[in-house]
Amino acid sequence: MSEMNDPRARQPRFRGLEAGHRACQGCGEALAARLVTESAGPDVILTNATGCLEVFTTPWPQSAWRVPWLHSLFENSAAIASGVEAALKAQGRRSKVIAMGGDGGTFDIGFQALSGMLERMHNVLYVCYDNEAYMNTGIQRSGSTPHAARTTTSPPGKERMGKRHLKKDLLSIIAAHHIPYAASASVAYPQDLRRKVRRAMEIDGPTFLLVHSPCPLGWGHDGSETIQVARLAVQTGLFPLVELERGEVASVMPLRQRVPVAEYLCRQARFRHLFADDDHRAQEEREHLQALADYNIERYGLDGDGDDPFDADGADTIRRGGPANS
Amino acid sequence: MLEALEGSQAIARAVALCRPGVVAAYPITPQTHIVENISKLVADGKLNTELVSVESEFSAASVVLGASAAGSRSYTASSSQGILLMTEVLFNISGMRLPVVMTCANRAIGAPINIWNDHSDSMAVRDSGWIQLHCADNQEAVDTTIQAFRIAEATELPVMVCMDGFVLTHTLETLEIPDQDLVDRYLPPFVFNRMLDPQNPLSLGTLVGPEYFSETRHLAHEALNQSASTIVDVDREWQNLTGRSAGGLLSVEGPDDAKIGVLAMGSVVSTFREAMDCLAAEPAKLMALRAFRPLPEEAIRSACAGLDHLVVVDRALSPGFGGIVGGEIKAALSGMKDAPQIYNVAIGLGGRDVPLEMWPRLLDVPKQGGGFRILDLEPAKLGEMS
Repeated sequence: MSEMNDPRARQPRFRGLEAGHRACQGCGEALAARLVTESAGPDVILTNATGCLEVFTTPWPQSAWRVPWLHSLFENSAAIASGVEAALKAQGRRSKVIAMGGDGGTFDIGFQALSGMLERMHNVLYVCYDNEAYMNTGIQRSGSTPHAARTTTSPPGKERMGKRHLKKDLLSIIAAHHIPYAASASVAYPQDLRRKVRRAMEIDGPTFLLVHSPCPLGWGHDGSETIQVARLAVQTGLFPLVELERGEVASVMPLRQRVPVAEYLCRQARFRHLFADDDHRAQEEREHLQALADYNIERYGLDGDGDDPFDADGADTIRRGGPANS
Repeated sequence: MLEALEGSQAIARAVALCRPGVVAAYPITPQTHIVENISKLVADGKLNTELVSVESEFSAASVVLGASAAGSRSYTASSSQGILLMTEVLFNISGMRLPVVMTCANRAIGAPINIWNDHSDSMAVRDSGWIQLHCADNQEAVDTTIQAFRIAEATELPVMVCMDGFVLTHTLETLEIPDQDLVDRYLPPFVFNRMLDPQNPLSLGTLVGPEYFSETRHLAHEALNQSASTIVDVDREWQNLTGRSAGGLLSVEGPDDAKIGVLAMGSVVSTFREAMDCLAAEPAKLMALRAFRPLPEEAIRSACAGLDHLVVVDRALSPGFGGIVGGEIKAALSGMKDAPQIYNVAIGLGGRDVPLEMWPRLLDVPKQGGGFRILDLEPAKLGEMS
């Protein structure tokens, strides 16, 4: 195909994050960051917590960023973003500030700075790329790691079945700050993600996006399966896609047909121990995870009406590629 | 015009005269009055700045980092545990060459918890790459605060203005707050070439591997060393405008032919100045070390020429080593021809009072000889505490 016939080549598109960076094949975070910066446009200033995204985009003297970008520490992306925003206000500049961090830098070590930023109502969009463990340091459990998942600090063994605790319900904690807008999104649903970014960009005040971003290395799936795995997380109800306004649920992405969590779990090495034949604990933990998905579906009312596969608002529609297991 | 002001109030006024774009701070004793006074100036419409009342000192330092990178003149203040909580960010601010100014209202570090003055906090961040200037009185603190923005913005290095907690921050003194016009002439608006700007997108704070890291450290070291001449120039210019020097790198008082000298930093210098005037004691030189970073080795050496004995006063110590300033002065004078014998003592730890009578006791130290010790230790109390 000649370049002119390739619709992508003919469509000029702003790229905040250039190609050529050093992310792994199939990196969900790199994809998410590209989608977020594409949707946000050029008039932004980014802050970035320490983590894979910082490492793979800026090995000096190279940088993959086409927008101004500031990295300081692991736990202060929200606080430096607060400072950038305060300076812009002082100078009468109107660029939007986007703070970025992984789940470690957001759920755990950077949580206080994030809470402070939200409470002080800084005009910042905070984006958390959630890959559910400390991937940059080699796959250690975080407050976001799902129950029973294997990481290098929650390994399964005779006494343990992976992570003992639950994934922190960060979105509810964010909602408790009663900020104008907070949402969850997934790299498997780029249209939805873009819409949520644009929505957040229009709001003058603190907004928050939690983007589910698979890590092939950490989750143990092939790099080519990133989208399928991310989609299953949504379709099972384990990672519900919701929007919150001032702390209240404003909309959800409905699931036309529930997919059993086992179909999501069995594709990832981090849950392989949950499929051991001779271990009664495996069955139990799978049931725990199914119960968590059922709870999410119940809580957010994810069961949609009807089963029109062409309705673009459902998680399992044809337009989104159809059920991953078909 | 002379005004009677509390130290913290005077610092808040000095900061306001510098027209900072962003101020971020968190309360901690004895720094609190500074941020309170700044908040009041903002509330009364006397200071037009973005005041960010953060949820920790860690975020205070992070906010001024971000604000400075975005091109605003930025200020923060803290003490003690707050300085320690900021530590990680302080290294970042200097590593990124951001011209932030902060006041350190010097206070001891726990445990045991102690809110009173010594220099443990700024000493703990000695190697963070900040310029550290110590003030002997509140006039020096006011003048140094204004100079600090000039120094920081000329060198692209952060400046920590150290003033003794309570002894200076909470003391009412008569001092002169300069006119806004004078400060505006002295301190032009901040222009930052590496400012975060979508029109000219730069990446700040990138990953540097072994192939370039040593060079970044070399440049940081060179920058600190070279800032010494800026500190001198900026103080001289201030003196031309106001008639007052804030002490350059190091100031020396006392008779030229004195054979003994005392080197100290901070408010005890004022105490010793007073003691030199009113107590009968042997003739001695008083060296007020204003710049602890960069350490002005040459100035210290030339000030020590002709001395037989030098007593170095520390307001903090490095357990297992001894006095921190003492150790550095020994290093600075090593290899010097006819160098004085150096004695090192710590005094005034955790707010223990340093009275005028400390001056003759210090001059007596060479007669007793010996290595580093806490001079105002009360040994009888050790029994009670064991």
